[in-house]
Amino acid sequence: MLDSSLIELSRWQFAITAMYHFLFVPLTLGLSWILVIMESVYVMTGREIYRDMTKFWGKLFGINFALGVTTGLTMEFQFGTNWAYYSHYVGDVFGAPLAIEGLMAFFLESTFIGLFFLGWERLSKRQHLAVTFLTALGSNLSALWILIANGWMQYPVGAEFSFETMRMEMVSFSEVLFNPVAQVKFVHTVAAGYVTAAMFVMGLSSWYMLKGRDIAFAKRSFSVAVGFGLASILSVILLGDESGYEVGDVQRVKLAAIEAEWETEPPPAGFTIFGHPSNADQETHGAIKIPWLMGLITTRSFNTEVTGLKDLMRDHEVRIRSGMIAYDYLQRLRGGEDTPNNRAMFKQHMDDLGYGLLLKRYLDNPAEATEEQIQLAVRDSIPEVAPIFWSFRVMVGAGVWMLVLIVMGFYYNAKRIIEHQRWLLRLFLLSIPVPWIAAETGWFVAEFGRQPWAIGEILPTSIAASSLTAQDLRLSLTAFVVFYTLLFMIEMFLMIKFGRQGPSSLHTGRYYHERKTAVVGAGAAPKTAPNQEHKGDAA
Amino acid sequence: MILDYEVLKFIWWVLVGVLFIGFAVTDGLDMGVGALLPFLGKTDLERRVIINTVGPHWDGNQVWLITAGGAIFAAWPLVYATAFSGFYFAMLLALFALFLRPVGFDYRSKIANPMWRSTWDWGLFVGGVVPALVFGIAFGNLLRGVPFHLDELLRPYYTGSFFGLLNPFALIAGLISVGMLVLHGAIWLQLRTAEPIAGRAKALAKPIGLATIGAFAFAGLWLTIAGYGYQVINMPALDAVSNPLTKEVAAQRWGWLVNYWRYPLTLLFPILGFAGLGGAIALSMRDRPGLGLVVSGLGISGIILTAGSAMFPFIMASSTNPNSSLLAWDVTSSHLTLTVMFWAAVIFIPIILGYTTWTYAKMWRRITVEEIKSQDTLAY
Repeated sequence: MLDSSLIELSRWQFAITAMYHFLFVPLTLGLSWILVIMESVYVMTGREIYRDMTKFWGKLFGINFALGVTTGLTMEFQFGTNWAYYSHYVGDVFGAPLAIEGLMAFFLESTFIGLFFLGWERLSKRQHLAVTFLTALGSNLSALWILIANGWMQYPVGAEFSFETMRMEMVSFSEVLFNPVAQVKFVHTVAAGYVTAAMFVMGLSSWYMLKGRDIAFAKRSFSVAVGFGLASILSVILLGDESGYEVGDVQRVKLAAIEAEWETEPPPAGFTIFGHPSNADQETHGAIKIPWLMGLITTRSFNTEVTGLKDLMRDHEVRIRSGMIAYDYLQRLRGGEDTPNNRAMFKQHMDDLGYGLLLKRYLDNPAEATEEQIQLAVRDSIPEVAPIFWSFRVMVGAGVWMLVLIVMGFYYNAKRIIEHQRWLLRLFLLSIPVPWIAAETGWFVAEFGRQPWAIGEILPTSIAASSLTAQDLRLSLTAFVVFYTLLFMIEMFLMIKFGRQGPSSLHTGRYYHERKTAVVGAGAAPKTAPNQEHKGDAA
Repeated sequence: MILDYEVLKFIWWVLVGVLFIGFAVTDGLDMGVGALLPFLGKTDLERRVIINTVGPHWDGNQVWLITAGGAIFAAWPLVYATAFSGFYFAMLLALFALFLRPVGFDYRSKIANPMWRSTWDWGLFVGGVVPALVFGIAFGNLLRGVPFHLDELLRPYYTGSFFGLLNPFALIAGLISVGMLVLHGAIWLQLRTAEPIAGRAKALAKPIGLATIGAFAFAGLWLTIAGYGYQVINMPALDAVSNPLTKEVAAQRWGWLVNYWRYPLTLLFPILGFAGLGGAIALSMRDRPGLGLVVSGLGISGIILTAGSAMFPFIMASSTNPNSSLLAWDVTSSHLTLTVMFWAAVIFIPIILGYTTWTYAKMWRRITVEEIKSQDTLAY
């Protein structure tokens, strides 16, 4: 048995470093394509303002990207440092997409990103655009591979346990690759990243418009972002990840937890808007429900059931008992009693081995669990419901809010009067953090909702950690928190500094801060009308 | 499957070696340059020149390390698990030092404040020296044997301490690692900068190179006198499923010299190490840093292969429970995973080498103080 505070602290460390990493990833995913769009317009039309847009938003992209790389390093090492048993147990399957991610995606994005920043003078226009495109492609491909890996944690297909090697082994690479959970996760996650970047560009552009600075620059940036953002938010919502909730026990548990549905209801089930879910009482107090809605959203049908948590737990109890038998035969096989009968018995119960391992939290040999220990394991075969219930609602609320905002932004932008809608511009500015809230709560639902499993139905989190001490973790966790906080403050400082400067930070002499000083120096300070602002355009 | 399991196991030992060498030869440049930065750049502009020689490339170079990590995870899961969790604080030390590079490179010149810039310069120094030192120390400990064992369910337990890793032999290995990368970085700067930086780099190449050669020879001597090594006594079939608890291993005096005795061709690796470093120094002295860089890269490869081939098939020998040692034959992934990964490597490594070469070619020039001045907002 591993020390339970070691497990807790290892989880905290993973959660903090992963969620911190994901502050930077979504902006990279989306902003890279926005840069491709801006630079494509520059290459096609030759209008300098689009090159300036690419360079300026690229500068902010770079500040963000640096921390994405920094925090990504942690993620690549952390499975080994802190989740050693996990690494051994599933490395055969989980390691492959990670390694391919390195070969196919990280090399691409990281090799070309340097030329994106430093190659303007040394590459032709088209070559530079190709570099920008390949950087975007690389970062999006890395999302694909890491989500294939993550999808497998939620719904582990294409693999089988081997008692000889005491681990999961891949039996079908194509099943791992085309895992339905991974596919919907990829679409949902990258589209959320695109929304993040669009909201970021629109929010900051709104601020320039509110300040009356660099209007032409801000409007063009807003235009690019709002079109991109509308397509993306529609994808996030319409192609949401709910279709991935129909497969596998972990996903079904997660769905029931999201809805705090304890009892299986006759279809189509109602949607609980508010309530206070309690794991101890196994019910949701004070629930306010909209009939039918959930069944329709999640199953897209009138007659498919959403199984309730109590029924799922009854099923888990059966599987835990079967898992105890599997563990018993596993011990015999590994102890050298490799007889056809033992093999056959093990094979019969092998799929429930993971459920048997849930008991490892309470005793070393699950085969000898008492009735009380079995009930404890059943109790924690589902995650704590309330945090998932609420996080999901925050995420959906944020998504709906952004949809409304972007639709309005799109409308006024199409009518070319966006710069006069000061109330809307203010809302855009204030809403810059919203996509991040949605992204973080979304990941929380996906990962906290996977508990008690590290790998769904295969490997419980409680045995996946390294054999370190809680003291080791206290030290490393403190170091991470201190270091990451420091880096975050530096990053925000630079983001705000360059965000405030706007395109003037490019020192082209064409933008607000530089022109203002030039005009003041000449002794006159008339406020420039927006339409005169960018004479450089035609150049 | 086209390739036999045991062939693939050997190929993956080679491929992990290739990734490590790729890391040392490419990102080693950046680390060497980082280590030299505060000393070779006397003014801010000079330091910017130094940084910009690797500015466009360091990030791509670093991916060799990340991919080596991912490949160990995929090809040798139990090595990834045992080494990374066992060397916990050493890995974190390397990791935290590596953190300073992405932010150091990108943020340093964004603000003109001298304090700010000098702080990041020292950050880049730490980001160059510390990981190189830690990886060298890790290799040194692999050569000595690491105190760990596996339980019946193949859970690894490390029973040493962080400070136990910092033994004299391992520290020498760490110095070799730092030394060879700093030499590599110095020759790179001689090639890619103009006077006076190039001259300063050239002046440093000789003492650093000679010290590294000396340390490499000393480590070899130490290893021989101490007689480090382990040998497999009883081995199941090489193409058996990977179970590291089925073989028998014992510590054996001069165990790490057995491969050199049995396969004398492997002696070419230490010779390559010495000749490469020596040749690199000579070429640097004769103002041929271009060729010198290639030769120094060969020297680095020779040094890494020296350690690797001495230990083969051992990857991690256990000093406290030799039977738990991890071998290239019994810690690999399944036949299918190795096959899939093999094809991924065969397809992508040439593509990577292709576009990496293109980026170096495009950015190739001597960087001067004047150029940095004229491109103030574009350069790092």
